[in-house]
Amino acid sequence: MRPRDSESPVEMRTRPIGPHEAPPLPRAGPHEAPPLPPVGPYEAPLPPYRAEPIALPARRRDRRPLPVVLLVCLVLLVVAMVAGIAIGSVGLNPGSVWQVILDHLEGHPNSTVTDAIVWEIRLPRVLLAAVVGAALTTAGTVVQALVRNSLADPFLLGVSSGASVGATAVLLFGAFASLGVWAISAGSVCGAVVAMAAVFFVSRTGRQLSPTQLILCGVVLSALFESVTSFLIFKGNPQATQSVLFWLLGSFGNANWTQLPIPAAVLVVAIVYLVTQARPLNALAMGAEPAASLGVDVQRLRRNLFVVTSLMVGVAVAVSGVIGFVGLVVPHIVRLLVGSDHRRVLPVGVLFGATFMVVGDLLARTIVSPQEMPIGVITAFLGAPTLIVLIRRRPYLYGTTQ
Amino acid sequence: MWDVDIAVPDGSFVGLLGPNGSGKSTILKTIYRVHRPAEGRVLLEGVDLLAMGAREAARRVAVVAQESIVEFDFTVLEIVMIGRTPHKRAFDREDELDRSIVADAIERVGCQALVSRSFNSLSGGEKQRVLIARALAQGADHLILDEPTNHLDVRYQIEILELVSSLGVTVLAALHDLSLAALFCDTVYLLTDGRVVARGAPDRVITTETVREAYGADVLVVEHPETGTPHLIPRRTAQHD
Repeated sequence: MRPRDSESPVEMRTRPIGPHEAPPLPRAGPHEAPPLPPVGPYEAPLPPYRAEPIALPARRRDRRPLPVVLLVCLVLLVVAMVAGIAIGSVGLNPGSVWQVILDHLEGHPNSTVTDAIVWEIRLPRVLLAAVVGAALTTAGTVVQALVRNSLADPFLLGVSSGASVGATAVLLFGAFASLGVWAISAGSVCGAVVAMAAVFFVSRTGRQLSPTQLILCGVVLSALFESVTSFLIFKGNPQATQSVLFWLLGSFGNANWTQLPIPAAVLVVAIVYLVTQARPLNALAMGAEPAASLGVDVQRLRRNLFVVTSLMVGVAVAVSGVIGFVGLVVPHIVRLLVGSDHRRVLPVGVLFGATFMVVGDLLARTIVSPQEMPIGVITAFLGAPTLIVLIRRRPYLYGTTQ
Repeated sequence: MWDVDIAVPDGSFVGLLGPNGSGKSTILKTIYRVHRPAEGRVLLEGVDLLAMGAREAARRVAVVAQESIVEFDFTVLEIVMIGRTPHKRAFDREDELDRSIVADAIERVGCQALVSRSFNSLSGGEKQRVLIARALAQGADHLILDEPTNHLDVRYQIEILELVSSLGVTVLAALHDLSLAALFCDTVYLLTDGRVVARGAPDRVITTETVREAYGADVLVVEHPETGTPHLIPRRTAQHD
């Protein structure tokens, strides 16, 4: 609504006024104007720069000493693992769990039922969950830094989709049947290696590995491999597709001691390498060009990171299927807890990711006991609310800067 | 097509000027190893910078680029500490020396109050100050600035350049604002299409004619009333009355 004032400027403007009809403007030339008060920068200099804290109290992130944080995480992991061994369809008390483990370490195991449950079934399962959780978290942390994108997850590189093709071929068509229990692992490792090579060579422009190319090629080739998996399921035996779907959702249901050494060895080597690269990773998080100006060989670092994470994801997927959400969410949870410095994120992430997966597996096999849920369901249900709570407490990173 | 010969004397502030796409950034990126030149050399006190190890070069030459985006949440202190990267080997821990160098760098740019703030929560001018502190923590006595005052308001543009020229380091800066460049640079190089078309003191290089020729822009170049340096006054190209 316009103001109903009769002297409304709108009405005045409707009068046809040409330049000659207009009442002569008072001639306020520069010479008639009263002299401006002299305000030059030299007479009223700005105060020297002082970076004053904003009115809001500066949020201090918890910067507890790293050894303390690691110790707490380690205790949590051990508690989770003992719980993971003790709780199940047959309940055990933690004391007898320790006793069995000590007996085995001392070299005189008993042949009791408890011994069999702890040593043959639950301990390898819990250890495998811990290794896979640590591997996926570490891979997720690195991939997010590699492509400088918070939404990246370890499966972005196409490795898991390739592994799925291999595993599906084994489960539905008996590929690698001569390898027996190793067949699925062999199939998924082959698929993972093929996918990794494909993504690597397709996303190289010239001799460079660029983040954008990596994301695009990873997504596109993942989609391609997934459609191959779908095609195999479509052509395969309907009864066998059940086991494929269960594998695709991830599970530690078939865990045993023979599955453990390779992922554990890859994890240890990868983590040692990555911890030595924590500073260059921090520099890379600033961007490729700042990293180059800080003396980091960006191309070589990217190449190594790609290979290391692909290997970790490949062996993890081979023993446990495609367990989603851990590699995406746990790195963020860790960053929100201890900051983004990779010297802190990597070691804390190893322990935290392991704990997360052990707890997730415990829930997956006890909530709807005697059935087992796919662990991917649990990781999403655990991870999503945790991350949302943390994001809402720490708004800096996700779009709002104040 | 590239014919560039730029000399940056110790302790001087040298500006690279030229229109968008004239090659300012490319030259700077060649110095800090983002691009590899097909031919030509970058000499630092007579030594080929590109033949040096990357870490060694980073200890001599630091870079502050346009406002950078950091995807993850680092504190100001962490960002400045990243400047120590070229001094650290894989298993080195940061020691008292690193911490005192970082504290000194933060003090020199006047960011003491910001140390525990998240970098992403800072204003553009504060971010540039922090990145200058990171460059100082790198321990380099040569500073490359790639359009460091883009996105900044006029106060911060002046303050950032004033800060940089007060640091006592050798500066090579690509700058957009010719008037500001004239105020701060000892020598400027004017580039078009990857060639140096003029070099020398700002008052000789920045003239109405050179700006028209290099930028295709119609401006008046006048004398700054206080410093006598060239100052650009934009003009409208079309007549509107």
